[in-house]
Amino acid sequence: MSIWEYANPKKFLTTSERVLPVLWVLAGVLCAVGLIWGFFFTPDDYRQGASVKIMFVHVPAAFIAINAWFMMLVASLIWVIRRHHVSALAAKAAAPVGVVMTLIALITGALWGHQIWGTWWVWDPRLTSFLVLFLFYLGYIALWSAIEDPDTAADLTSILCLVGSVFAVLSRYAVLFWNQGLHQGASLSLDKEENVADAFSNPLYVCMAGFGFLFLVLVLYRTGTEIRARRIRALMMRERMDA
Amino acid sequence: MKALLLRDLKLALRAGGGFGLGLAFFLIVTVLVPFSVGPQSELLARIAPGVLWLGALLACLLSLDRLLALDWEDGTLDLMATSPLPLEAVVTIKALAHWITTSLPLVLAAPVLGILLNLPTAGFQWLVVSLLLGTPALSVIGTFGAALTVGLKRGGLLLSLLVLPLYVPTLIFGAEAARRGADGMSVETPLLMLAGISAATLALLPFASAAVLRVNLR
Amino acid sequence: MKIAGLSIARGGAPVLEGVSFELTPGRALILRGPNGCGKTTLLRTIAGLQPPLAGTITGAEEDIAYAAHSDGIKLTLTVGENLTFWAEIFAAGSIEPALDAFDLRGLLDRPAGALSAGQKRRLGLARLLVTGRRYWILDEPTVSLDRASVQQFAGVVERHLADGGAALIATHIDLGLEGETLDVSQFKAKLPDLEEFDEAFL
Repeated sequence: MSIWEYANPKKFLTTSERVLPVLWVLAGVLCAVGLIWGFFFTPDDYRQGASVKIMFVHVPAAFIAINAWFMMLVASLIWVIRRHHVSALAAKAAAPVGVVMTLIALITGALWGHQIWGTWWVWDPRLTSFLVLFLFYLGYIALWSAIEDPDTAADLTSILCLVGSVFAVLSRYAVLFWNQGLHQGASLSLDKEENVADAFSNPLYVCMAGFGFLFLVLVLYRTGTEIRARRIRALMMRERMDA
Repeated sequence: MKALLLRDLKLALRAGGGFGLGLAFFLIVTVLVPFSVGPQSELLARIAPGVLWLGALLACLLSLDRLLALDWEDGTLDLMATSPLPLEAVVTIKALAHWITTSLPLVLAAPVLGILLNLPTAGFQWLVVSLLLGTPALSVIGTFGAALTVGLKRGGLLLSLLVLPLYVPTLIFGAEAARRGADGMSVETPLLMLAGISAATLALLPFASAAVLRVNLR
Repeated sequence: MKIAGLSIARGGAPVLEGVSFELTPGRALILRGPNGCGKTTLLRTIAGLQPPLAGTITGAEEDIAYAAHSDGIKLTLTVGENLTFWAEIFAAGSIEPALDAFDLRGLLDRPAGALSAGQKRRLGLARLLVTGRRYWILDEPTVSLDRASVQQFAGVVERHLADGGAALIATHIDLGLEGETLDVSQFKAKLPDLEEFDEAFL
C-alpha cells in the first residue's frame, strides 16, 4: 500500500467519491462557524472598528492563494518525475481555484484598505506581490487552455510552473526592495508578540481550516472532472481508431 | 555554434528579417509618452528612466514571436534537434542573436531617446549600464517564452501573457538602477541584483527552454 | 541499426507496436503503408525527435540524418549559404560533392526563395550529403521532384549505399533501389483492453 496507488485514476475517483461528502460537510461547518464567530462574536478593534472583520475572509483567501500555487508546484514536479496523469490534472484543477482565491484576497484587501488607509489601492509590496501572483496564475491557465494535446500541455505547464515559481519568489524580493510599504506585518506568525489579539486569532484559525478544506474539496472535485474529460477524449479517440 | 550565430545575424539583416522594427517601435513609444502625460519638462525628466526601460522591454517583447517560430515553420528546428548541436546550445545562441540584433540597438538608442524626455545628465550613463546588464535577461527569458509557444498558431498574445510576469524582477531592478542614477543616488545594489538575474537566467534558463522545445517538437 | 519491439504513439494514441527490423550498412529499407498508418511518426521516433512508448533503437546514436517534408531552407540565403550552414553545423567538410550530386552548381548564388519547388527539394536532399552521417531517414523524399531528378536522387542513394551507408525511406513511388520492403501496416497497434484503460488514458 503506497500513496502512489491513488495515482491510478480509477482508484482516485472511487476514493475521492467516498471522502468528498465528509470533506464537504467539514468545509461547510468550519467556514460557517469561523465566519459567524468572527463576524458576530468578536469585539470591534479599537482603531479599525468593525472593518477589521474582513480579515476573516481576506487572510484565509490569501493563505490559500499562495498554497494553491505551492500545491501546483508539487503536483507539477510529481508529473515531471513520475508521470502520473492524475498529478498533472490536479495541478490543472487547482489553478482556477487559486486564481479566484487571489482575486478574493485582492478585492477584500482593496475594501479593507479603503476603510483603513483611505485608498482602494496602494503599490505596497504585499499587494503588488499578489497582483504579480495573479498574473502568473493567468499565464498558467492560458497556457493550459491554448494547447490541444493534453500530455504536451501537462509538460509545458509543469515547466512553466517550476520556472514561474522561481521568478515569483524573485519578484517578491524585487518588490520588497522597490517599495517598503504600508501593509501590516503577517497576521499570524509564530512570534507571539506580532500576532493579532487572541480574540481574533481563534476564529481566524477556524476560518483558515475551513478555507483549507474548501480548497481541498474543490480541487478533488475538479480533478475528478478533469479525469472524466480526459477519459471521454480517450474514448472518442478509440472510436475514431476503430472506424 | 558560430555558424548558427552568423546565420541568424545574416537573416536578421537581410530583407524581411525585421531588423530595426524594434528600434522604430521604441522610438514611437517614446514619442507618444509626452503626448499622453503632457509636455512639462520636470515631469518627463522624472519618469524618463522608467519610460525608457519599459519602452525597451516592450520593443524586445515585440520581436520574440519570430525568434523560434520561423525556424519551426520551415523545419529547421527538427533538423537542429537531429544535429550534433545540443538544443541547449541552440536556444542560447538564438537568445544571443536576439540580443545582438534587437536588444543591443535598443541600448544604444536609449540615450538618444533620453534627450527627448529630458533625462537628467547624470542619468545617461546609468541608463545605458542598466540596460546593458538587464537586456540579456530579457532576451533569455523571452527565448523561454518563445519556446513555450512555438507550436501555437497566433501564439503572440499568449507569449506576452507568459513572458511579462517573468520580466517583473528584471524591470524593477533595471528601472530602479536607472532612476537612482538619474537622481544621483547610489546604484550599486540594483545593478548587482540586475547582473545577478542576467547571469543566473543565462546559466539556467536555457535548460528549461531546451526541455520545452523538445516537448514541442514531439 | 537495430529496432526492437518499438511502440509509438501519435497525439496520445498508439499507432504502431512491436516494430522490429534491422538496417545494415549497404542496404536500403523501403517503408510502405497507407496514409496515416504511422510511417512519419515511426521515422520521427527513429530520428530521436520523439520518445517511443516502448522498445529500443540501438546502433545508430549520433549517426542519423533526417529529412522530411520541410527542409529547413532559409529563403533569403543563397543555395551556397544554406548548404554551408548545415555543413558547418555537422562539421562534415566540403559542400562540393553535394553540389555536384544534385546539379546545384549553377544555382549556387541564387537566393533559395527564387528556386522552384523541385529545386528547393534538391537543395534539401543535398543537405544529407553534407551531414556525413551513415543512416539516412527519409520521409517522402521525392515529393515535387520531376522524373529526371528522381533518377538523380536514386543514383545518389545508391552511391551512398555503396559507400557503406544505409537508408530508411518512406515512399510511394518505385525508386528502383535494391532493398527490402517493409509494410508498416502489419504492426498496427491493437487497442488496449477497456479494463486496462487506467493510467495512460489510452
